[in-house]
Amino acid sequence: MTERRPKIAIVVFPGSNDDWDAALAFEALGAEPALVWHGELELPRDVAAVALPGGFSYGDYLRCGAIARFAPVMAAITRFAADGGLVLGICNGFQILCEAGLLPGTLRPNASLTFACRDVPLVVERTDTPFTSRCVAGQRLTIAIKHGEGCYFADEPLLSELEANGQIALRYEQNPNGSVAAVAGVLNAEGNVFGLMPHPEHAVDALLGSTDGALVLGSLVDAARDRALALV
Amino acid sequence: MKATVLVRPKPGILDPQGEAVESSLRHLGFAVEKARVGRLVELEIEAEDPARARDELERMCEQLLANPLIESYEITVAP
Repeated sequence: MTERRPKIAIVVFPGSNDDWDAALAFEALGAEPALVWHGELELPRDVAAVALPGGFSYGDYLRCGAIARFAPVMAAITRFAADGGLVLGICNGFQILCEAGLLPGTLRPNASLTFACRDVPLVVERTDTPFTSRCVAGQRLTIAIKHGEGCYFADEPLLSELEANGQIALRYEQNPNGSVAAVAGVLNAEGNVFGLMPHPEHAVDALLGSTDGALVLGSLVDAARDRALALV
Repeated sequence: MKATVLVRPKPGILDPQGEAVESSLRHLGFAVEKARVGRLVELEIEAEDPARARDELERMCEQLLANPLIESYEITVAP
């Protein structure tokens, strides 16, 4: 059973462009990726985790993620998350999860107003989550960002709540976009939904300069495998 | 019925777009002290009366047109 590949659904919105990168990364890390069109009403059976990839869903019109959150598949994802299902949002996927209310806060245009596209150092704040279990506390990861609207915002009361609950799992070492408290990745209160602006799927092969993203995605594969086994 | 919804960044929310506009205007020689950039949505909607139109517009704002965490909105229904 140790060879079992957990099925991870990767949602494809019109305008997603990192869906295949995510699929290849998850496959390389031992999962079975399943691309799921945004118009589906249900997730495939035996899905052990869901990933919302990066891109520009619905052209990023109005606000990033604001229209994608109403895609038919989002109702199924909301139910999946409410049942404790593991959901990961990368970049645009993070923006969608925030707009959908599955994650706290929101993402705004970068403080610099410029598109940020480079490798950034990150610090792992939590290792007891399904998304960071392969990391060690305080570990420094190098993962690429590429976004124009990655400035995380939560007002004072919400931010203190997030800090108190330990929901900020990943922070920038040098804040690249003006995010409050240098937030790079945030969990929901229950800890089963996680969103981050950096792209772990672009950092799973040494050829691309870093393999640190494999720690994040690999953690999810581990957790998805445990969940798949528990559901059998 | 015609209506407009004005969506603004809430006070205190960093508005990099507004700052860029403000500095560009200053570069052009205008004595601008502050600029904030919002969004104007013009709508034509079917409604029996302005009060009902306003109710509908409120719901549109809450669900889609504005993000209450960072934006405020102002609805105007044409008489």
